Amino acid sequence: MNILKFLTYIIFLINFFSFDIKAQNLEIEITKNLRCLICQGQSVYDSDSEFANSLKILVEKKLNEGLNEKQIYEYLKNKYGDWILYDPGFSKNTYFLWLLPILMFIFGGAIILKKVILKKKL
Amino acid sequence: MKTKIFPIFLVVTFSIIFFVFYKGLQNSNIYTPEIKSEIKIPSFEAKEFFSKDNVNSDQIFIGSEYYLLNIWASWCIPCREEHKYLMDLSKKENIKIIGQNYKDNFVNAKNFLIKLDNPYDLIYFDNDGTIAIEWGAYGVPESFLIKNNKIVKKIIGPLNEKLLFEIKEFTQ
Repeated sequence: MNILKFLTYIIFLINFFSFDIKAQNLEIEITKNLRCLICQGQSVYDSDSEFANSLKILVEKKLNEGLNEKQIYEYLKNKYGDWILYDPGFSKNTYFLWLLPILMFIFGGAIILKKVILKKKL
Repeated sequence: MKTKIFPIFLVVTFSIIFFVFYKGLQNSNIYTPEIKSEIKIPSFEAKEFFSKDNVNSDQIFIGSEYYLLNIWASWCIPCREEHKYLMDLSKKENIKIIGQNYKDNFVNAKNFLIKLDNPYDLIYFDNDGTIAIEWGAYGVPESFLIKNNKIVKKIIGPLNEKLLFEIKEFTQ
């Protein structure tokens, strides 16, 4: 019963966050995933710097030209590197970043499991 | 024995963490895009500064000599400082200086050139800053050294004596 409660809680949390992030507009969604290189730590969507404003215009232009989201990311990645994306894809530079949480989760789980089993044995 | 492993493990872990973070303190947290050498120049269309005619990038960088693309604006103070180095470079025969007027007002930009002289062989407008992004630039001033339609050197920020020397050496 407890596990069921826990699971519903997790599902609720996941849904909550994904609803929050889902933007209505593709352009907003793209610019939210782009890091402003002038005011680092802000997304292009949030920023009002010259660079960010130009980038917003460019994204709109590229969308009108018929490029999809992935193609725009690829285009910008070629020019500025992975750093411009807040959500970088899985590549040889980022695999550690992606796998680290999973490894930590497994490692932590193993510790907990070991402790619980040890306690039961005592 | 078992009780001793844990404290040692803890101390070692924290020392490693401390070391990594301490090292990280000295790193700059400002990211600048890595300079990929020998990338092809983008193709774009823009308006010429004086005649307001449309120019295509293929027509600008047509020759086999060196080109220095300089992104500038009259409102940008570092551009004022680097101007004398551009004037110096403009005297060289084997290098053409192309100006990209970034988000500027025409009258101000013209006054800037009248006051400080014009080092550029050609200037075109970049009113919304999208051409700067095509180049992979993100601020003013920024300069690109181009040879045979490829970027051979990228300079972020204003030119200085050292960079001027480097460019001269490069184009020898």
